[in-house]
Amino acid sequence: MFDLMRYKYLFFFISLLVILPGLFSLARYGLKLSIDFTGGTVIEKNAGGEVIRSELVGPVIGRETTQNAFYSVGLASLAIILYIAYAFREIPKPYSPWKFGVAAVIALFHDVLVVVGIFSLLGHFYNVQIDSLFVTAILTVIGFSVHDTIVVFDRIRENLRKTLPAGRQAPDIFTQVVNESLVQTLGRSLTTSLTVLFTLLALILFGGQSIHWFVVALFVGVFSGTYSSIFNAAPLLVLWEEKRMK
Amino acid sequence: MKRYLFWFVVLLTILAVIVDLPKSLPPVKFNIGNIKFDWKITRPSLDQNIFGTNFTRDLEIKQGLDLAGGAYLVFQADMDKLNPSDKDSALESLKGIIERRVNLYGISEPVVQTSKVAGDYRVIVELAGVTNVGQAIELVGKTADLSFREASSGANVATSSAFGPFTVLTDLTGKDLKIAKPAFNTQTGQPIVELTFNSDGAKKFEDMTRRDLNKQLAIFLDDQLLMAPTIQSVISGGQAIITGSFTADQTKQFAILLNSGALPAPVHVIEQRIIGATLGQESINKSLVAGAVGLAIVALFMIGSYGLLGFFADVALVIYSLLVLAIFKLVPVTLTLAGIAGFILSIGMAVDANILIFERMKEEIRWGRNKMAAIELGFTRALPSIRDSNISSLITCVILYWFGTGPIRGFAVTLAIGILLSLFTAVTVTRTFLRTFSKN
Repeated sequence: MFDLMRYKYLFFFISLLVILPGLFSLARYGLKLSIDFTGGTVIEKNAGGEVIRSELVGPVIGRETTQNAFYSVGLASLAIILYIAYAFREIPKPYSPWKFGVAAVIALFHDVLVVVGIFSLLGHFYNVQIDSLFVTAILTVIGFSVHDTIVVFDRIRENLRKTLPAGRQAPDIFTQVVNESLVQTLGRSLTTSLTVLFTLLALILFGGQSIHWFVVALFVGVFSGTYSSIFNAAPLLVLWEEKRMK
Repeated sequence: MKRYLFWFVVLLTILAVIVDLPKSLPPVKFNIGNIKFDWKITRPSLDQNIFGTNFTRDLEIKQGLDLAGGAYLVFQADMDKLNPSDKDSALESLKGIIERRVNLYGISEPVVQTSKVAGDYRVIVELAGVTNVGQAIELVGKTADLSFREASSGANVATSSAFGPFTVLTDLTGKDLKIAKPAFNTQTGQPIVELTFNSDGAKKFEDMTRRDLNKQLAIFLDDQLLMAPTIQSVISGGQAIITGSFTADQTKQFAILLNSGALPAPVHVIEQRIIGATLGQESINKSLVAGAVGLAIVALFMIGSYGLLGFFADVALVIYSLLVLAIFKLVPVTLTLAGIAGFILSIGMAVDANILIFERMKEEIRWGRNKMAAIELGFTRALPSIRDSNISSLITCVILYWFGTGPIRGFAVTLAIGILLSLFTAVTVTRTFLRTFSKN
């Protein structure tokens, strides 16, 4: 069986490679915030000079939207850790369901950073703005990233249950099980993400203008989410286990 | 049992199609031999009495503001000058006044809601179908200070003041005016403005008319003179009529302006979003195309990857789309542009469950099970995975709904409905088809 886990540092490195430009851009240029967060007025006119859209956001609402953005992402992450810890509570000892939860959330933060970083770059070079729909995209990406991660973890749990009774404790049995699980689920992980990416692609190409960047954010996030479930979340578990065994 | 499940699915699909049809279809005309057929089919709407509650649905898609065009306004009331015990009732009367003002414009199905957020008192107004953006902006108007002033009785008529000769502020203010209405004189048919004062105001008004009989009474909105009618009689009872050479439009405008000053507490706009209708229509058309294309790509992909199984999954997917659409019409769910995106996204996610099941089936066959067993095992073994992974998406939908407004809620709702329904169709519909058609 192909040993994926041998390359875990490579996978982490690739992740870093993708995140770093975004992080750098965030630090240097920040995000182009829309009036949803900063408050202000936007008036859009069509070619004939008619006003077709007019939006005004007072500072109170702007502040609230910003606060809500942070609260909702924080709450979602917390809820997910709790949920995974609960769903994987019968994971055989000594593996901890909490580690699964935290690994999933770290993978999820990776995805959020990728999307936010890319949009910082887009904001700087193409003036793409972050609005409250963007926050919606981030939350959806969080939900989907975990969705995908759970599919992988589920298989790991099933294989652990199968292999463990027959005398465990070989330090790399965990690594082996995770590896097997990944190879087994690779097909379906990729396929399920592919179908979602197809529908998002259709929206990007043919959908309405006002949700265009919203869908792009979803697309990037789902793509990243698939990668992080397979190449971040699982290897992270292995890394922890190896450190623990030392 | 399994036989019934199949026909249940068929029945459900037919019902869904009926609900999904647009209200009027193009007439069906054809000839067979010498017999002519000319049918006009209209889709019925729902009007049933179920268990004592009336259940009426017109089965049209309810469009959100970003699709139908319209205005979304949030007013915040400045309650500082009021007693804490009065604040709630002031908010309620504010809501009432704004509702009446909105109704003057004849907007269909306006939504006026109050909201108390962390000590802030707000009124949220949604006006669908206001296509003229400029008109909607006017409607927001100035919600300002309405004052009634008399001309100074002294000799020093200060014409340099902003209020002209009307320098004496009476104690009659906007708070005392209950409502102003445009109307027509029953005898002459001339457009007039009717004023109704509340009980406090009626008394003050009576005193004022007695004091200023045959003199002018100036009505100011902020520092703008609205009108200065002459008081022709002493008026008690709080009902007054203002006559003049007004057009019907002018009386309407006056009423609106007078009402805008008649608020128990000053309000200001803290959020205002106005979208023209054409933008929404374009978006709908584009989304339809995107949805169709997305569905097609996924369908082809499934057949390519799983062959006949994929075809069954595709049929399940089409049934799924019909069912979701029907639910949108039945609830009814207010559809926003983001909501449509959520629906299309859920199509991609709906097929997920099928993929998990099929992959599992392939594995079971690889491990030596026969086809029927593989089908059953595929479903039962994949189910925990499907359930757990979809719950996380549902958690984020709940959070999105809780923290979001308008379009964001639309997205959360459509995605959640999509996920829940996809669980149903993946398990029930696909399973049923596989069982039914695998008997060979």
